[in-house]
Amino acid sequence: MATATTLKLSREITQKIREHGAQSYPHECCGALLGHDAEETNAVTTAGGVSAPVREILALFPLVNRREDSLHNRFSVNAEDVRDSEKAARDKGLDVVGWYHSHPDHPARPSQYDREHAWPWYSYIIVSVAKGKAQEMTSWRLSDDRSEYACEEITMRDSAAR
Amino acid sequence: MGVKVIIPTPLRAYAGKRDSTEVKATTVGEALGRLTTEFSDLRKHLFTDDGKLRSFVNVYVNDEDIRYLAKENTPTKDGDTISIVPSIAGGNRLACCSC
Repeated sequence: MATATTLKLSREITQKIREHGAQSYPHECCGALLGHDAEETNAVTTAGGVSAPVREILALFPLVNRREDSLHNRFSVNAEDVRDSEKAARDKGLDVVGWYHSHPDHPARPSQYDREHAWPWYSYIIVSVAKGKAQEMTSWRLSDDRSEYACEEITMRDSAAR
Repeated sequence: MGVKVIIPTPLRAYAGKRDSTEVKATTVGEALGRLTTEFSDLRKHLFTDDGKLRSFVNVYVNDEDIRYLAKENTPTKDGDTISIVPSIAGGNRLACCSC
């Protein structure tokens, strides 16, 4: 069973992800989520009464989709981009805590391919883009044993991005 | 002194929260074998069920990608640094999961 987790991000960051998805349509966009895991004392309590760890997203690092084919339903971030993202995060005193990508004309639900290629610990945001307009946004995290890809609660933070 | 192995952030929870460790090994394959013996929870994230390195796991010896060297047979010596770097992939079709 995956731990219930909560992802906290500002409306500004949410908007940037949605815009990146819309601009990249009909191709998939992708980028890194920069932030940190909040201290336990900041943990919120979910509706079920269970304490849920909170992860804050404080900046984005948009990337170029490295796929050379199937850009409409695949994205790829190569190791060099991962290293660049980690450097951008370090420069801001943050970590790469996850990745975002869009699903053009497809729901914001992970695919089997998403799950097979996921790493544990990272948060994976998916934004659905229908006919060029950003729609639903969800976030997902792979369980420790790779058996479950559970959705994370997304909450809004008021302060601006770094 | 051995071979230093840098562990990527998403896998540190499975390696005693360490960002690196040292192993005695003469090849990359041996180093990864010793690493996953010491931290057995790492194995399923680095290797497929049939023991092959997962396609989105990139391994470098002193910044050289082992795909362009001798892959897992790439020799290592004391003082070398092995970096495990993720690549990230995904896409739509065939939804697998729901909230």
